Amino acid sequence: MPKRIFILILTFFAAAQAHAFCGFYVAKGDTKLFNRASQVVIVRDQDRTVMTMANDFQGSARDFAVVIPVPTKIERGQIHVAEKALIDHLDAYSSPRLVEYFDPDPCSPPMPMAQMAPAGVSESISVRDSASRAKSLGVTIEAKYTVGEYDILILSAKQSGGLETWLVENGYTMPKGAASVLGSYIRQNMHFFVAKVNIGEQARLGFNYLRPLQVAYESPKFMLPIRLGTVNANGAQELFVYVITTHGRVETTNYRTVKLPSDVDVPLFVRKDFAPFYKALFSEQVKRQDMSAVFLEYAWDMGWCDPCASEPLSRDELKKLGVFWLDANAGVFLTRLHVRYDRAHFPEDLVFQQTGDQRQFQARYVLHHPAKAGECKAAIAYRREVRERQEHEAQNVAELTGWNVDEMRRKMHIDSASVNPAEKKWWEKIW
Amino acid sequence: MKDRPFRMKEPSLSQKGSLLRVLCASVVGFLFNTPRIQWRMKRFDPRLYQIGALTLLLIYGIFALNFEVTPFRAVLLLGTAIATQAICSRIKGVAFDPRSAAISGLSLALLLRSDSIWLLIAGAVIAVGSKFVIRVKDKHIFNPTNGAIVALMLLSNRVWVSPGQWGNVAFFGFLITCIGGLVVNRASRSDVTYAFIIFWSALVIGRSLWVGEPLTIPIHRLENGALLLFTFFMISDPKTTPDSRAGRILFAAIVAFGGWYINYRLFRTNGILWSLAGTAVIVPLIDLVLPAARYSWGREVSRLRGLAVPPHPETAQPRDLATA
Repeated sequence: MPKRIFILILTFFAAAQAHAFCGFYVAKGDTKLFNRASQVVIVRDQDRTVMTMANDFQGSARDFAVVIPVPTKIERGQIHVAEKALIDHLDAYSSPRLVEYFDPDPCSPPMPMAQMAPAGVSESISVRDSASRAKSLGVTIEAKYTVGEYDILILSAKQSGGLETWLVENGYTMPKGAASVLGSYIRQNMHFFVAKVNIGEQARLGFNYLRPLQVAYESPKFMLPIRLGTVNANGAQELFVYVITTHGRVETTNYRTVKLPSDVDVPLFVRKDFAPFYKALFSEQVKRQDMSAVFLEYAWDMGWCDPCASEPLSRDELKKLGVFWLDANAGVFLTRLHVRYDRAHFPEDLVFQQTGDQRQFQARYVLHHPAKAGECKAAIAYRREVRERQEHEAQNVAELTGWNVDEMRRKMHIDSASVNPAEKKWWEKIW
Repeated sequence: MKDRPFRMKEPSLSQKGSLLRVLCASVVGFLFNTPRIQWRMKRFDPRLYQIGALTLLLIYGIFALNFEVTPFRAVLLLGTAIATQAICSRIKGVAFDPRSAAISGLSLALLLRSDSIWLLIAGAVIAVGSKFVIRVKDKHIFNPTNGAIVALMLLSNRVWVSPGQWGNVAFFGFLITCIGGLVVNRASRSDVTYAFIIFWSALVIGRSLWVGEPLTIPIHRLENGALLLFTFFMISDPKTTPDSRAGRILFAAIVAFGGWYINYRLFRTNGILWSLAGTAVIVPLIDLVLPAARYSWGREVSRLRGLAVPPHPETAQPRDLATA
């Protein structure tokens, strides 16, 4: 049975454990929010890059294989296997989050409190091997070895035809259209490595999931090849890119980078529906940007967070992700980008640049719990204020997600009849 | 159609009509290119059109594209540029003309990004100040906006240019605005713009064909608002391009190749900005090899109205230091 090449697949799932911030956290966003999602961590300073690609491939590990293009020739030792928990932690730390505040009782002194809940992400890659006829096809197997549960083949190819023939002869099924993309990468002096799961090693190591692959290289190209991922053309794909740099936010230079709407008051029901809310919000924003933008979800110095969806990554975790400048006392700045892409809207690979922008940004949505106001003069004004605020919240959530505003009002039980007649303005009692 | 321009009553330069008239006339001029309209277009100082167009682009950028620049910062850049022009004009003893400084301020607001308000102010001061300081044979070397951006990017990692922030949806709107600029600018030096478009497109498309990329990729790269700004408002600056047409075409070719090399061989961003600054240094050499008459903003208008009225005193100033 031919092996299949999976290129940049993945599945998004929600956040890890939430931690306390000024009290306790609310529900966490969970389960698979986005299908076909990938997660890539790029650690970069100057031209040195460490890329980590995670995968939650759901099929038989025997079928898993991936061809990964890299900008430079790769040697043995430049490929490594990381722990999935690292990316899960990074995901939890940078996820869009829900913060809740409790209104003070208008009839007694105030005592504000805030809490929060995150929603997360995850994903990754795929491929495999062979030998002697390779050379006649213009494909050179530079190295072949096993790293963790993966068999790695480092290839250099001179023609896409040769590479395609070699892959097919070695049992890989090429997605239609992949050959021409591989061809243009070869012309741009890109190199490739192929990874497939070594079932024996996997069983010996005791993993029942695929750990992320890491590759370190030095190249001026600050980019992420996504074109191979679009040749399957099974609709749009989801990609999360976490970029760790020394001093500022990262953005794409060939596509618009747009901040996800943030700091918006939303209704209380979002607390338990945060996952569908975030998913709908993202889809709506993608639609508004004509699916042509990359979204910024988080930009923050890794040293702290406020509020924290999860604790910042430890020094050890950062090191495992490839942050190689920790000893130099340089900063560690995280940018989280989220993009939904297809071939029509994203014809070329993502190209990035680090900016000098050190302003923090997080996708954050705010809940306000009304107080159980007692009976006092201030309570009348307060209740009116709450009703107005709830109306705004209904409109906000409808605006953000494209959901029906009347449906939102219904879910929030906003009903003018619920207003105490004694608290109505005089003109509200006329008609 | 008989051309009757010289029987018309001449308005003074300061009465040239509203910005709206200029904008409308430029579009009409592009669609109906009669000699009379052509003549009327030439009477406009192209800088007025540029100020209008850049202002519109900036407003669109701030409110529709959420550029990382606030109205306050845009006004600050504009004010700093004009103030610098006023101070330098006084020191040098030349007439104060805010138009070119306004163009520099607006261009910086469109392109230069920084968290630091002081770096932005420094950008505006460097842009306008460099016109008065860095000169060879009484001609300044660097395009003010370009020079300031490149200088700051060399000096600090806290400034940046976001070439991708324009998106492609707004591209065609920008394109029409920019083409309007060409019509108004017809009397000046649009040849460098045409030449750059041709060379740049050839290089970008040529590379994609060479590496086997589909044409959607180079087209996507060409549909870029920042590239339009550069092509129509920066490289076309008549005061920092070579004096002769042959020289300008050579200049456009060098800038295009340099920018392409930086973007697609060295894989760095903002190649055309670096390339324009680098090529500006050899403009005196190009002028030496391919000499021609020096450009003056006023000359074109003066020449055109020469048969009807004497040159306007503002346009006849002997040392016009202003430029885009």
